Amino acid sequence: MAGTWVFVEQRDGNIRKVTFEMLSEAKNYGDEVSAVVFGKGVEALAPEFAKFGADKVYVVEGDIFSNYNTGAYVAQMAAMISEYKPNAVLFAHTFGGRDFASRLAQKIDAGLVTDAIDAEISAGKGVFTRAIYAGKAISKVEVTTDPILATIRPGVFEVVEGGAGAGEVVKPAAAATDADVYQVIKEFVPTVSARPELTEAEVVVSGGRGCKGPDGIKIVEELADLLGAGVGGSRASIDSGWLGHELQVGQTGKVVNPNLYIACGISGAIQHLAGMSSSKFITAINTDPEAPIFGVTDFGVVGDLFKVVPLLVDELKK
Amino acid sequence: MKVLVCVKQTFDTEAKIDLKDGKISDAGINLIINPYDEVAVEGAIQLKEKKVISEVVVVAAGSDKAMDTIRTALAMGSDRGILVKQDTDADEYSRAVALAAAIKEENPDLILAGHVASDDGSSQVPTRIAEILGLPHINVITSLEIADGKATCSSEADGGTQVTEVTLPAVISSQVSWNEPRYPSMKGIMQAKKKPVATVDAVAAEDKVKIIEFGLPPAKEAGIKIEEDPDVAAAQLADFILNTAKAEVKA
Ligand SMILES: Cc1cc2nc3c(=O)[nH]c(=O)nc-3n(C[C@H](O)[C@H](O)[C@H](O)COP(=O)(O)OP(=O)(O)OC[C@H]3O[C@@H](n4cnc5c(N)ncnc54)[C@H](O)[C@@H]3O)c2cc1C
Ligand SMILES: Nc1ncnc2c1ncn2[C@@H]1O[C@H](COP(=O)(O)O)[C@@H](O)[C@H]1O
Repeated sequence: MAGTWVFVEQRDGNIRKVTFEMLSEAKNYGDEVSAVVFGKGVEALAPEFAKFGADKVYVVEGDIFSNYNTGAYVAQMAAMISEYKPNAVLFAHTFGGRDFASRLAQKIDAGLVTDAIDAEISAGKGVFTRAIYAGKAISKVEVTTDPILATIRPGVFEVVEGGAGAGEVVKPAAAATDADVYQVIKEFVPTVSARPELTEAEVVVSGGRGCKGPDGIKIVEELADLLGAGVGGSRASIDSGWLGHELQVGQTGKVVNPNLYIACGISGAIQHLAGMSSSKFITAINTDPEAPIFGVTDFGVVGDLFKVVPLLVDELKK
Repeated sequence: MKVLVCVKQTFDTEAKIDLKDGKISDAGINLIINPYDEVAVEGAIQLKEKKVISEVVVVAAGSDKAMDTIRTALAMGSDRGILVKQDTDADEYSRAVALAAAIKEENPDLILAGHVASDDGSSQVPTRIAEILGLPHINVITSLEIADGKATCSSEADGGTQVTEVTLPAVISSQVSWNEPRYPSMKGIMQAKKKPVATVDAVAAEDKVKIIEFGLPPAKEAGIKIEEDPDVAAAQLADFILNTAKAEVKA
């Protein structure tokens, strides 16, 4: 058995934190841990994975793998799974990760649990915890196939450095060809932001309809920048065009798991809570003492964000 | 050209969740069309209005109750429906197998779906259907153009947005920001009652995952809530941020 594989989420050599979270978690399974990286010029990344416990690093290089595309990645991974026979393969629950894992699962006739918030893998058995119904219920699901496939929600596992692994580089044969590619990526427009990405940020500051417009959002952004935080929004502020759609937090948007979530002028609709209620610490500023957001806050401030947030910024600067 | 839209019946997103006999109880729950699928139906109807396609067929796998969801899609303007009778506990794999079999019979030019079901959805079913049928797919789209036997979509991607082109037939799953679904008109609701809906049995498939248990999330301990003058509130909040949550001032 070739233990647990962690598929590396990266673009242009920038590795997503969730990769290290999954490697750190996989160490707990007491089996061999491998990182699997596809891309171009990615072999140089191998030592990074060893630092977080990878015993092996499977490196697949080639033009066809330079950016994620379902057909090529699935063909390659399916061939590798049949050759090396991992017990479990973990992917990040990102747009790419869930797309990859679902198509792969069907191709190799395997079960898949997506968006897992906890995992127990031992003796060839994989049981995962999921938050369902927008976080209003949880389920425990066992994958009854070999291999076990799952996508893991970013931010749920701690990154533990120091479980140093050998990081032995393995170079599987390239199995994907141009004939496997069925999507033509015409354009990729990266989101340019100096702020941390929402699913990776330690602190997220979000603004909702209570911000009333771009000026209110600026107040929220100022607080975020002071804390080196990611900026997010509710559907109301996104739909109003005050923030980019990639910044929506909630059921339809991103699920965030920061250490601290600060909700400004957000009522706390269930669809919003689905995206942030598992944050470690939650605070909110809202004029309405009855706002449902106060049902999930550790520290709630009933007040006007236009008054409280600027004063908070002054206070933090002290 | 014919479009087939997969519509799942889900709980109202506002529904309060309770357990009964270890399962999620649907007693007293308002059942709706999965909001993402409603967007897919709207997308299909708009293609028909633009005369890009000629027929919109909706398919749901589930119990007889799912007939209501099919009728909702018909009332919006879809032409006919297919109910694939299947145990609602079937896993993603079994549902994909059942839906793919029904889709294959219809031989559509385009298959639309939601990118995730808002209940216990897993974002797997459309992609699995594509693999079963050997078709290309694009997930989480926010726009769709059909021309020359190809579909070109904007979609959400990690770290940005992308534009992808695939050859039809293809499976395409929607993000809610694609469009604003219409409400069925009174006339639409009346017409929907007369539109044809076929019922078929699901092909047998063996689940690949097993639910071990359902539970409710632990109730969150009530936090502190303060109503103070802004300067006092700001000072206490700063204390919470720095000393309890241990966030750091970076700038
Ligand atoms: C299928 C579906 C999916 C959805 N997905 C999402 C999702 O992913 N994310 C999401 O966020 N929503 C989502 N929604 C929408 C959701 O139901 C709510 O409509 C939305 O979250 C409301 O945003 P809001 O809290 O900013 O606005 P509101 O609900 O209007 O709340 C604004 C709040 O600001 C407060 N306020 C006003 N003025 C001030 C002030 N000066 N200072 C402080 N507070 C003030 C008010 O008291 C109020 O509580 C979804 C809905 C559906 C049906
Ligand atoms: N039982 C079902 N009947 C019809 N369509 C379904 C069913 N289950 C899933 N789908 C489709 O697949 C999409 C994603 O569902 P899921 O993979 O369960 O998150 C949904 O938005 C539907 O379009």
